[in-house]
Amino acid sequence: MSQTKVAPKEVGKPAKNFDVGSWLIPIIAVLVAMALAAILIKLQGSNPITAYKSLFKTAFGSAAGIGATLGKSTPLVLSGLAVAVGLRAGLFNIGAQGQLLSGALAAAWAGVSFHGLPGYIHIPIALIIGAFFGSIVAGISGFLKAYRGVHEVITTIMLNSIVMGIADYLASHPLREPDQFLTRTSEIQASAKMPVYAHLPLGFFIAVALAAVIWWILGRTTSGFRIETVGRNRHAAWYAGISVKRTVISAMLISGAIAGLGGAVETLGITYRYAPAFNLGLGFDGITIALLGRVHPLGIIPGAILIGGMRAGAANMQFDSGVAPELVDLLMALILLLVTAPLITRFFKNSSNKSMTSGWGN
Amino acid sequence: MSALLEVSGVTKRYPGVLANDNVSLTVNAGEVVALLGENGAGKSTLLKAVFGLIKPDSGEIKIGGSPIVFGDTAGVISRGVGMVHQHFQLVPVMTVAENLILGDEPKRGIFINKKAAYDEIIALSKRYGLEVDPDAVIEDLPVGMQQRVEILKALRKDVKLLILDEPTAVLTPQEIDELLVVIRNLANSGVGIVLITHKLHEVMAVADRVVVLRGGKLVGTTSPKETDEAGLAQMMVGRSVVLQVNRTEAKRGGVVLEVKALEVRDDRKILSVKGVDLQLHKGEILGVAGVEGNGQRELVEAICGMRHREAGSVLINGVATKDMHPHAVHEAGISHIPEDREKHGLVSNYTIADNLVLNQFDQAPFAKGWIRDLNEIAKNAIATVEKFDIRTPSAFNTAGSLSGGNKQKVVVARELSEELPVLVAAQPTRGVDVGSIEFIHNQLISARDKGAAVLLVSAELDEILSLSDRIAVMSDGKIVAIVDSKDADRNYIGRLMAGLDK
Ligand SMILES: Nc1ncnc2c1ncn2[C@@H]1O[C@H](COP(=O)(O)OP(=O)(O)O)[C@@H](O)[C@H]1O
Ligand SMILES: [Mg+2]
Repeated sequence: MSQTKVAPKEVGKPAKNFDVGSWLIPIIAVLVAMALAAILIKLQGSNPITAYKSLFKTAFGSAAGIGATLGKSTPLVLSGLAVAVGLRAGLFNIGAQGQLLSGALAAAWAGVSFHGLPGYIHIPIALIIGAFFGSIVAGISGFLKAYRGVHEVITTIMLNSIVMGIADYLASHPLREPDQFLTRTSEIQASAKMPVYAHLPLGFFIAVALAAVIWWILGRTTSGFRIETVGRNRHAAWYAGISVKRTVISAMLISGAIAGLGGAVETLGITYRYAPAFNLGLGFDGITIALLGRVHPLGIIPGAILIGGMRAGAANMQFDSGVAPELVDLLMALILLLVTAPLITRFFKNSSNKSMTSGWGN
Repeated sequence: MSALLEVSGVTKRYPGVLANDNVSLTVNAGEVVALLGENGAGKSTLLKAVFGLIKPDSGEIKIGGSPIVFGDTAGVISRGVGMVHQHFQLVPVMTVAENLILGDEPKRGIFINKKAAYDEIIALSKRYGLEVDPDAVIEDLPVGMQQRVEILKALRKDVKLLILDEPTAVLTPQEIDELLVVIRNLANSGVGIVLITHKLHEVMAVADRVVVLRGGKLVGTTSPKETDEAGLAQMMVGRSVVLQVNRTEAKRGGVVLEVKALEVRDDRKILSVKGVDLQLHKGEILGVAGVEGNGQRELVEAICGMRHREAGSVLINGVATKDMHPHAVHEAGISHIPEDREKHGLVSNYTIADNLVLNQFDQAPFAKGWIRDLNEIAKNAIATVEKFDIRTPSAFNTAGSLSGGNKQKVVVARELSEELPVLVAAQPTRGVDVGSIEFIHNQLISARDKGAAVLLVSAELDEILSLSDRIAVMSDGKIVAIVDSKDADRNYIGRLMAGLDK
């Protein structure tokens, strides 16, 4: 009795490394979160239908609206992607926020201080500098994890605070806009501002292309295989000749670079300067988005667009229905809760896998 | 009076496999029923259905005469059924005591009553003669001890029906003997027992009745009185199985692997390999016999670069290999079938195809430069699955979906595919059915005949005796004797293993 029948068409099909589970979970999570929030809106005396209509009409109802949504989504795609890359390697990078901040500030500095460059040079340079600084910040956590065994959740959270402090200092002293009362940098040069083509921001396409590249790297290259293997079974990875240390560090470097790029894109495409309050929460939204996208590099794109859209439409919703824009934060929190609940149960079921986060990426 | 357990017409289909095909079976109180079958025959599936863990597609299961609700584990447990699973269900970071009381903790108010828990555990372990240290943390314990905890956990509730899914696969011969006594005593006290095992002599020793599954179907019922081991093997596999290995004289060549004055510490930092010297020749199988826990595991891991060598060296063709670097050792010429296949051998949520190239993923033909060649990986997988008779609907299913013996075949297939000068096989047939054991044994011998130097470590003395050209006996961290297998006498080796003769 041989059951080893394999359809010929399976030959050459990519090995199914992505066990992404059911995509129904995130969809249901979003719908349930919206239903729960609707109850709260109702209790507050407003009409949830009006509120949601206004929210989504602003976000997706016009070309300009979609443009604004995609603009807001761009750093979210990148911070979600950063968190996802970490999770793929079994690392819970909670520090996307700090890495994103350093990228945003570094890009602002590059945008302000380099003069006389054409846009096609100035923008890439500023983006690379942003990515570089994000990468350094995350690399510290990667190094500490690999060589000192310090859990990345702890170091990335600590580095968030450290980076925030340093960035505040830099923005309020050496890099502060001259003769300005506010803590913020000067506006970047016109040559560093990322163009928008017919409402569509350039940054968004960079982010989507990068997500596709990461997807390809994880699924098709030896480096991706190293990351995936370390994330799924460190012991087997070590046995198979994969340097777990090097892989952990490189995964953190890549994750941080993507987060830093997210900050840079925000600076060069939306805020045009760095100010401490601008980027609040983008890195944390990345965690929600990564999980909403089931830790799939392409799955995070719709998640980021949904949340970017809600952020873009929030102000108008308040205008139309009186519901405070914080509703969006409430929605995010509910979504995160609902999306992680099944992941957490799965994590405990797979408790043979002892490392703290390796159950998440599955 | 109705039977304790009545299974009628149970069918369970998984994508691409009919795991159980209209299976019917009864178990009476006080009876030991052995459930036999090849890996993947559907034994675990059937018993998981009985325990309420999975829902069969059709059929009926009655306990004590009344039907169970499919999928209602709690209900099944409350009716006196206990199960010891093939894969441990313990929480690795918790202590023995915590694991034992988990889910039904003795309480004082809202707190766990530790004293009561301890008393209960000690009484329990006395009653069944299964000693455990309540304070030990599970992940620090050897697998045999973990198994014991699993069994105690199942016995904690007053069980009427005890299901044991391959409980002896990871036990030492002494532990097995003890367990068989426990099983017999339980049966004598009226408990019905279903026992899955691949070890036919255990079946002969303890079973009242034997039920055989093949390809999901029940193919026969017999009893130890009516048949012998060869007969059982034939029923399982559907053809006659050679239980005794056919082995020609070894054509020994020069020394390939040399272990010099090796000292290694175990997980608790205790010196457990105390100065071992070994010379392994081209074209021979050197078996390391010993009671488990006498340093064999540490010896293998140190040789293969997975455990720090305190002192001494490991040379391949005269060249020293790197300490603590499994991949470098592999490159230097050692293939390794690791003892713990779940931990080291496989990535269970990768496909079988990816697992088959796990240690060659970045080498030609499976990668061209930076890019993995999925076509080659797939071709290799399909060919290997065929050649090694790995039972799966597709080479692109996850390794985790395979039954234990088929997982082992994946590891064996991968390690043998490269034909390196040295092959280290640690417990290569643990938990594997007789048909696959025969297959793996033949593979080891053919590797030898092709010129590999094979180091075989096994807790099964019979396996060592039938495969080895020379036998090294390990006791208390030392090689106490090396004998030619022609002169090997079972009793003498047994005494050496026990540390009696010097
Ligand atoms: N969860 C599952 N998903 C898919 N296939 C499964 C699953 N569990 C078992 N199988 C398949 O069902 C068959 C029977 O498996 P199992 O009952 O574990 O065999 P046994 O215990 O007799 O070795 C095998 O072909 C196995 O691959
Ligand atoms: Mg089984």
